[in-house]
Amino acid sequence: MGVLGKPAELLEIESVLDDQVPVIRRFTGGGTVIVDHGTVFVTFICNKEAVPNLQPYPRPIMSWSSSLYGKVFQGIGDFHLRENDYVFGNHKFGGNAQSITKNRWIHHTSFLWDFNVQNMSYLKHPKRAPAYRSARSHLDFICRMKDYMPRSTFMDKTVEATETQFSLRPIQLEAIRTCLEAEFCPSSRFLTNEELEAAAVALQS
Amino acid sequence: MALRMWASSTANALKISCSSKPNVSLAFSLSRCFSTVLDGLKYANSHEWVKHEGPVATIGITDHAQDHLGEVVFVELPEPGGSVSQGKGFGAVESVKATSDINSPISGEVVEVNSKLSETPGLINSSPYADGWMIKVKPSSPSELESLMGPKEYTKFCEEEDASH
Repeated sequence: MGVLGKPAELLEIESVLDDQVPVIRRFTGGGTVIVDHGTVFVTFICNKEAVPNLQPYPRPIMSWSSSLYGKVFQGIGDFHLRENDYVFGNHKFGGNAQSITKNRWIHHTSFLWDFNVQNMSYLKHPKRAPAYRSARSHLDFICRMKDYMPRSTFMDKTVEATETQFSLRPIQLEAIRTCLEAEFCPSSRFLTNEELEAAAVALQS
Repeated sequence: MALRMWASSTANALKISCSSKPNVSLAFSLSRCFSTVLDGLKYANSHEWVKHEGPVATIGITDHAQDHLGEVVFVELPEPGGSVSQGKGFGAVESVKATSDINSPISGEVVEVNSKLSETPGLINSSPYADGWMIKVKPSSPSELESLMGPKEYTKFCEEEDASH
């Protein structure tokens, strides 16, 4: 869930609690996504000056990211940025979220590689939805990225597109963990059962 | 003449009254993108404004900032009694997909927070210098105001920023 998300409005809380689905509130904006074993996350964390001529505001960053992914999906499935989502045609396959501070910004995308239809039933239809959704249900609104491109191709092409803007070097996750300062406390956190139950009760009253 | 009439109607829209402050002129300077910049305020390079009136300073984000951020759907503000430091974040505005920090132009103690923003965060977009004010602060180092930009300097700053992007 995004930083603002109200669990009762976004989740079918009873099912989430019954099935013990972990709910994470992240520190960036944006909506709610189901994360499963196939989800691909791509995150850009940039200093303010990292991208020349880019103003550190939501729309320019969104536009920059879509031009990068435009290279990845060139000629495939009518890719574009539609409002704030990545779509093939008018079907969403990538959701975006950002956080912007004085000197730095983060833009991350959750790519819907595949989905289990049953899992989608944990999500409610959000109150605030993009206009192009046109009140479609989840299943009519989203599509699977795996139907458009092999996973390794997506990763290779994303690296290739990123290399047109930055110099890259691979790094292992363990190496990043050792770099983290001991005092760092992530603000992204799991919501507790108590919080979810309280949200369900508040909704009913 | 036309500019004065436009300025007057914009002042009404922004609900700025100058009747009690004859020394605050309502001259508007226009940036390339027609963002409004007001006289009588000081500006930070992170696009917040501060209006110092006696023991209290009012802080908000500029028209340039609200225009670039897009529709504000939520504002996170500190509690009264908390403190703010010049150049450090004190809250955030949320637009649809992004959360963006707001930084304080001055240091001091938060004495009042605009409670209207919880119900109507869009005031930041429609009235960034008046109804969209965010916090009132008792400045701890009034000399910090001197390090901020005046309206002409800030207008130029915005023009240069927009031109280089």
